[in-house]
Amino acid sequence: MSENRAFAHPYIPNTVPEVQEAMLKEIGLTSIEQLHEAIPDSLKLGGLMDLPPALNEYELRRHVEGLLAKNKHAGAGGYLNFLGAGCWQHFVPAICDEINQRSEFVTAYAGEPYEDHGRFQALFEYQSLVAELVDMDVVNVPTFDWAQAASTAIRMAGRMTGRPVALLPKSVDPDKAKIIRNYCTPVMELREIEIDAATGRLDLEDLRRKLGEDVAAVYFENPGFLGVIEDRGAEIAALARGAGAIAIVGVDPISLGLLEPPSRYGADIVCGDLQPLGMHMNYGGGQSGFIATRDEEKFVMEYPSRLFGIVPTEVEGEYGFGDVAYERTSFALREKGKESVGTQTALWGITAGVYLSLLGPHGMRELGETIVQKARYAARRLAAIPGVTLRFGETAFFKEFVVDFGGTGLTVDEINRRLLAEGIFGGKDLSASYPQWGQCALYCVTEIHSQADLDRLSDAIRKVVSPQ
Amino acid sequence: MSHASTNKSSGPMQRIRRDHKVRNFHQAKWDEPVVFELHRSGERGVIPPGTEAGIASEVGGAASLIPATMRRSEAPKLPEIGQAKVLRHYLRLSQETLGSDLNVEIGQGTCTMKYIPRINEMLIRTPSMMELHPLQDPDTAQGMLEIYHKLDLAMREISGMDAFSFQPSSGTQALLAMASIVRAYHESRGEGDQRDEIITTIFSHPSQAATAAVKGYKIITLHPDEDGFPDLEKLKNAVSERTAGFVVANPEDTGIYNHRIREFTDVVHAAGGVCFYDQANANGLLGITRAKEAGFDMCFFNLHKTFAAPHMCGGPATGALGVAEPFVRFLPGPLVVHEDGKYALKDQPDVSIGKVRSFHGVAQTVLRSYAWIMSLGAEGLRDVARIAVLNNNYLYHKILQIRGASAPYIKGRRLEQVRYSWKQLTDETGVTTEDITRRMCDFGLHYWTSHHPYIVPQPFTLEPTESYSKEDLDEYIQALAHISEEAYTSPDIVKTAPHNSTVHRNDESSLDDPAQWCITWRAYLKKTQAK
Repeated sequence: MSENRAFAHPYIPNTVPEVQEAMLKEIGLTSIEQLHEAIPDSLKLGGLMDLPPALNEYELRRHVEGLLAKNKHAGAGGYLNFLGAGCWQHFVPAICDEINQRSEFVTAYAGEPYEDHGRFQALFEYQSLVAELVDMDVVNVPTFDWAQAASTAIRMAGRMTGRPVALLPKSVDPDKAKIIRNYCTPVMELREIEIDAATGRLDLEDLRRKLGEDVAAVYFENPGFLGVIEDRGAEIAALARGAGAIAIVGVDPISLGLLEPPSRYGADIVCGDLQPLGMHMNYGGGQSGFIATRDEEKFVMEYPSRLFGIVPTEVEGEYGFGDVAYERTSFALREKGKESVGTQTALWGITAGVYLSLLGPHGMRELGETIVQKARYAARRLAAIPGVTLRFGETAFFKEFVVDFGGTGLTVDEINRRLLAEGIFGGKDLSASYPQWGQCALYCVTEIHSQADLDRLSDAIRKVVSPQ
Repeated sequence: MSHASTNKSSGPMQRIRRDHKVRNFHQAKWDEPVVFELHRSGERGVIPPGTEAGIASEVGGAASLIPATMRRSEAPKLPEIGQAKVLRHYLRLSQETLGSDLNVEIGQGTCTMKYIPRINEMLIRTPSMMELHPLQDPDTAQGMLEIYHKLDLAMREISGMDAFSFQPSSGTQALLAMASIVRAYHESRGEGDQRDEIITTIFSHPSQAATAAVKGYKIITLHPDEDGFPDLEKLKNAVSERTAGFVVANPEDTGIYNHRIREFTDVVHAAGGVCFYDQANANGLLGITRAKEAGFDMCFFNLHKTFAAPHMCGGPATGALGVAEPFVRFLPGPLVVHEDGKYALKDQPDVSIGKVRSFHGVAQTVLRSYAWIMSLGAEGLRDVARIAVLNNNYLYHKILQIRGASAPYIKGRRLEQVRYSWKQLTDETGVTTEDITRRMCDFGLHYWTSHHPYIVPQPFTLEPTESYSKEDLDEYIQALAHISEEAYTSPDIVKTAPHNSTVHRNDESSLDDPAQWCITWRAYLKKTQAK
């Protein structure tokens, strides 16, 4: 029984002394310490842990809100944000938040197709909606993030081809590359393909040189991490296939109302991050990876993820849902299964489904158009500032672009510090990851930025780089 | 409507009789179409922000800004649906989902389905949390980083480890990170190629073996001795100069605590291996015993299990990864540090495994678990462990009184969960544990069998946690007893269940057939039209 406590903890009903006593008696014990007799004394803690004292609900709220108030943030926080680089600030429809905070969805987990029919249906619908967006017939229950989706796509290609090497462009986000490298080591080897320093696109000559009989997969992104649109996807995919490799394309799904889906230019596997489709930034907690392929057994049987399928039930007119080819998973086969499966990011899959249901084909197209126009507008404004240029000139881009501050005599770090003082989060500093380009930053512009916001950014940068 | 016609009695209000033995339940059944069937051309769910005229006139139309070959040639066949219809559809699907908020969810053993405090759900929706970008200057995210750091300190105290990373976003990802660290550690000592085996046990989560295999390891799986303990002699025979590591849960999914764990870790260390601890089953241990004293080099906790973050239909989540000092340099980076009075992100050295998940993991889960620990304190956490074990042993005592149920292995008390068996019931009635899964739905309760393979025949695993009252436990026990009785008297009721669920039994024959399986709506339309 708890010492020194006059009341039960609200989260632990059986701390009521009489109840505890009755339950102990029922199982033939006289004291609560006896419950842990199986643990040798040598392994037991002598006393209480050294932790801060417990707070009641109101105290907790004040405490945590006080901590969070130390953050400076975009949106209602008043800061203008131009950071992207894998986590992007987009418009989140209210219905997305309404659905993903439903108690049933927040607290469901591993229920059966019967008690959790709604969860199965919502995830099947998410698979189906993303399938339309990417124009593929199979989409998985989402994995952790884009990096994991890419990693798994590469491992799938490795198993399908029996080859040990994957090629990916040097322009892949260095943090993403770290994740992929860790996940693939030591089973597969990653080799980098050069990018054209002038355009940011893949260096096709280098790709040709590196393609060989040991290459399982060619991975590239559209738009790439550095924002540029790779318009030679068909050529890259054809080269990959010609060498017997699998073509994997990573995409930003929010671009696909406007941009051609990779399946149309030869991708065998498509992957990406769902975060733009209805997830708040959440300090990076909104990431969620998806993988899509054609509906062919050789692909489907290599997914480690759960795949929900629609089936009839024994009652005519009912839709049922269940696990497709469950026997391939590590749940069924442990180390003999395909990679591993477990808790990943299902709630974000459901939310992305809600988002796509709301936006529809017209909303997705309009959104894509808006983003590309606003991003271009911002880029032109910035490029008009003396000493500021676009790293990849006029190569087409979607929502991100690399700004070269080399002509200003200032570092990105210095510029960003001064922008912060103006209430602006400047673009991600690329100078450490791409030292060969000097002082470059990756800016992200989306539909949430107004013309006035973009003008404010360019005015602020103009002021920073030419103080007169 | 006239009340007079139905009011035959003019006497006092009748006492309403509620004496059914099990809950008189029926789940929501909305007969909801698949979302594509709600399409009505021209309807709109939401209008996204548009382009101002000033921008459009300066840059021109979007089509002119992208190469012609990259313009989408055919619009995606997404449905067009009005906003209220979308909301209603998904609300109905949510009602057809039995979250742990709504039921006495002690049937999902190994997963620690505990109460999810609503204050924490409210706190994660604070704009100063939701609208934070992970690459913001750390000076502008001091509150968030302070929460990371303080949770790190609390987890160190709870485990005895020396540093935590909250980057892994599930137990499986934490296991992958640990297997990666094992590899990096041995490589740093020039033994990367030689040490190619990881030892685990059969009653541990499948991901222990699976993630080690992802990292290229050969897996050695130990089976238990006759009392259900991992077998020390078998471990001694398994270790060698090829041993990279040993991963185990304790207690394992049987709820049996291995009291000789320190001998196990000593044996592995003597062979040069690393010991890493899957603390998925830590709920009965908080404030009682720690990873450090048991001799582990690393451990992880599922914040979405033990530390009261919700399961969210299967993530996002956090596998909080703690390591002893010699392994800190291998952790994925960056790490949150407190230096010179402020919080910062510190890059890891090159020997680190790099990263396992983008940015800093799932910040919302970190916040939730910090809040949960702060609402309990040291005494509260110890109460969690004690009551979780009390509830489990009460349940265990009662379940063993149900006809046809048993708990294989050692007869003594268990910690926070028990893996039971319906072998006798199946032998005597033909009713299987899968049948019972479906029948429990009829009473508004969730029940899970167990992970594969079924070493315990006809298994089920119950974990009552600290969250449920005695009356809650009694309801669950009563439902199982009722089904046992049905199995012996009218087994068809159980075999044909569910009867009170959203839908009836699936015809699963298509799910393993490539010609028939339908993983998306478009595949369903193609394959069913083809017939």
